[in-house]
Amino acid sequence: MQLWLIPLLPFAGFVINGLFGRRFSKGVVNLFAIGSVVLSFAWVLKTVLGLGDITSPHVEHYFTWIQSGNFTLNCDFAVDRLTEVMLLVVTGVGSLIHIYSIGYMAHEHGPNFGGYYRFFAYLNLFMFFMLVLVLGANFLVLFVGWEGVGLCSYLLIGFYFDKKFATDAGNKAFIVNRIGDFGFALAMFYIFKSFGSLDFGTVFQKAPGAPESALTLIGLLLLLGATGKSAQIPLYVWLPDAMAGPTPVSALIHAATMVTAGVYMTARSWPIYTHAPAAMETIAVIGIATAFFAATIGIAQNDIKKVFAYSTVSQLGYMFVGVGCGAFGAGIYHLVTHAFFKALLFLGSGSVIHALSGEQDLRNMGGLRKHTPWTFWVMMCAGVAIAGIPPFAGFFSKDAILLAAYHHAPWMYWLGTITAGITAFYVFRAMFLAFFGEYRGHEHHPHESPAVMLAPLVVLAALSLAGGYIFKVPQFLSTVFPPIEEGEDMTLVAISVAAGVLGIFLAWLMYVAQPRLADSLSIKGLYQLVYNKYFVDEIYDTTVVKPVVGGSRVLLWRVADVGIIDGLANGIASRARDIGVVLRSLQSGNIRSYAAWVLFGSVLLIVAMGMAAGGGIR
Amino acid sequence: MDVILFLVFAIIAVVSAVNVVVQTHPISSAVSLIGVMGSLAVLYLLLGGEFIAAAQVIVYAGAVMVLFIFVILLLNAGAESKSGRSFMVQLLGVPLLIALLGLLAFFVQRLFPRGVSVHFGGFTGGTAQAVGKALFTTYLLPFEVTSLLILIAILGAIVLARKEID
Amino acid sequence: MAEVPISWFLTLSAILFALGVAGFLFRRNIITVFMSIELMLNAVNLTFVTFSYQLKQVNGHLFSFFVMVVAAAEAAVGLAIILTIFKNRSTLQIDDIDSMKN
Repeated sequence: MQLWLIPLLPFAGFVINGLFGRRFSKGVVNLFAIGSVVLSFAWVLKTVLGLGDITSPHVEHYFTWIQSGNFTLNCDFAVDRLTEVMLLVVTGVGSLIHIYSIGYMAHEHGPNFGGYYRFFAYLNLFMFFMLVLVLGANFLVLFVGWEGVGLCSYLLIGFYFDKKFATDAGNKAFIVNRIGDFGFALAMFYIFKSFGSLDFGTVFQKAPGAPESALTLIGLLLLLGATGKSAQIPLYVWLPDAMAGPTPVSALIHAATMVTAGVYMTARSWPIYTHAPAAMETIAVIGIATAFFAATIGIAQNDIKKVFAYSTVSQLGYMFVGVGCGAFGAGIYHLVTHAFFKALLFLGSGSVIHALSGEQDLRNMGGLRKHTPWTFWVMMCAGVAIAGIPPFAGFFSKDAILLAAYHHAPWMYWLGTITAGITAFYVFRAMFLAFFGEYRGHEHHPHESPAVMLAPLVVLAALSLAGGYIFKVPQFLSTVFPPIEEGEDMTLVAISVAAGVLGIFLAWLMYVAQPRLADSLSIKGLYQLVYNKYFVDEIYDTTVVKPVVGGSRVLLWRVADVGIIDGLANGIASRARDIGVVLRSLQSGNIRSYAAWVLFGSVLLIVAMGMAAGGGIR
Repeated sequence: MDVILFLVFAIIAVVSAVNVVVQTHPISSAVSLIGVMGSLAVLYLLLGGEFIAAAQVIVYAGAVMVLFIFVILLLNAGAESKSGRSFMVQLLGVPLLIALLGLLAFFVQRLFPRGVSVHFGGFTGGTAQAVGKALFTTYLLPFEVTSLLILIAILGAIVLARKEID
Repeated sequence: MAEVPISWFLTLSAILFALGVAGFLFRRNIITVFMSIELMLNAVNLTFVTFSYQLKQVNGHLFSFFVMVVAAAEAAVGLAIILTIFKNRSTLQIDDIDSMKN
């Protein structure tokens, strides 16, 4: 099947553009960058069609990476239906976003077309790592991809490296991710200790027989990694700041693909989780809490990208609820539909920002549906999809999750439904503020985006509308995951749809019909709390960051590094010099003192000889 | 008789040696040293070293000490001044000196509680004939080497001490 | 008649040697220092001859002979050096010749 071609094509694009891109024209850069990703997508299609209805994974072995004692680790790629779904999403949506970027990044300032080639090189590198992550047949290859996408995220968030807030955001993303990665690494150690291997096949075969405490620990540690990568409580704080990167980056990495890696990893590890109920419960609780929490923050944000960033955190929470309630297929289903409409929302906001030459604040927008009609309509498609209006994509996936939540624990269903309402509210709040009413900004010519940017948007809009209907993901994945009790309850469905409609209505009411209603309804303290994201960043700063930095500066730097290590090194040198000074005083130039020393030596010798011959003298 | 001989000349030697060390003017030290060498020559005779005794008087007392006196006269060296003492020397020197003397005395006493007794004529192997025989058979090589050494010394002394020819 | 114990000779030699060391350490005039060295050499000569008597061999005399030869050569060269030093520094104080200091 030549699976290796799938990640290697983007990697080739990265190498060519990275090494030679600065000499290429934009057209040549595009050729390698977009061409490699589109070719990779084509190869994925060929692989999927070639494998047909597989029920067990198709594994390809490339080389033995680690051989140490009785631990063997191979660099293997494996494809089963779950992998196929992920591959299609990553390469498909990835290709669309690459095409979009041609238009979005066309007018950057600076040398080499503002780092045009660098952007596409990093984007290709990201695709490579993401595909390695998805194709990996053992935890370590997955981890390689995991770390790699983290690196690319850092590089791309900090793409405008001359802006401090961008580089700070990149640092924050990487460092917070690192905490999660620490959990992942510990999980891998424990997996090896428990099962003697990191291979998916071996581990998942042995998992049912392992003690529950071990599985729970592994599950929780893997979850820690997932919360870092997929921006759940408590490690979600990097995602809103990551909006400092260019909008296509937000769409690709922080909506459709990288942040879903955590969901993919936990879904892939379902044999571990199904035998560790405590860990699965934790996943569900964290998921629903994050979903609700992030949604409440989203309703008060003014930066259009931040609204959708918190929306991403919230929707990822939904996916984890699905996984945590045992509905793995539903979780992946929502991953797919979310990729469609969230990428569309971000790319659409990119289009809006492009139309307004860089304006991102909702308060300075308004009435744009006259100026950018295409953008308006595709955004509407995304909006109804995310609000869960039937028969569009979001409805099917969100409903599957909520149903499973109800059967698992009803309170999760109710909280999820409320969150769905809030979701619809804040998404349409953003829509109404941007596209309706009077234009409140300063841009003289808000202009529609070029075709190269609009075409992917249209494709994504079509997918957002019809995708749920066309791609019946849970049925497709039914051979991979354990079955779950289906219980179609029309009442529950109706309630959740009603919540969505109510949210849209409230938003219309507050931002179109009666704008002054918004101000009069807001409770000052509550609004400040939510607008400032519950001060979580500030709390983290005082409780974690400042003590660590301060402790590191005082203890590790001053005491350990300067005091002990430098002190040791310099101290040895100083002592050597002091000994030298003492010895130097012997060279007084005074012949008589030399004579005295000679006498001293000879007396010692006489004593020594006398003692050596001591027996004879007696 | 031998004892008296020994004691007399031993005391002369010690007193002269003390004088060498104690006198301030170098010329007095030089003359005392001649005295030491002379008494030592007598002691050599007591020990049967006829050749050595003669060599001592001729070479040491007669040549080397005369050289010393010539140099003292040439340099017009005066009495030594009293100023400047080396602290290190005094700190180390006195105890070490006492230690040295004590150690040597100790070992001598230990090694020779009884030992051989010396009387005049007890050893007759120190004649010129015996010395010469050993010198030209067993010790031929050192003999030749020392002749070379003397040659080098002569050359060195001449080079070092001559005036610049200008 | 009465015989001299051999240890007396050795003691005398030790005393002379110690006196030579004392002179070497405590005198400041170069020439006096040199003479103390000669004193030490003489003491050693006495020791050699004494042991030669005890062992009834002539080797000790031979050693003494060579010591004398070398002492003579050394005295010649050493005094020449002293002359040169005096020419250059006009001092015979051993403490003033310390250009090798530190």
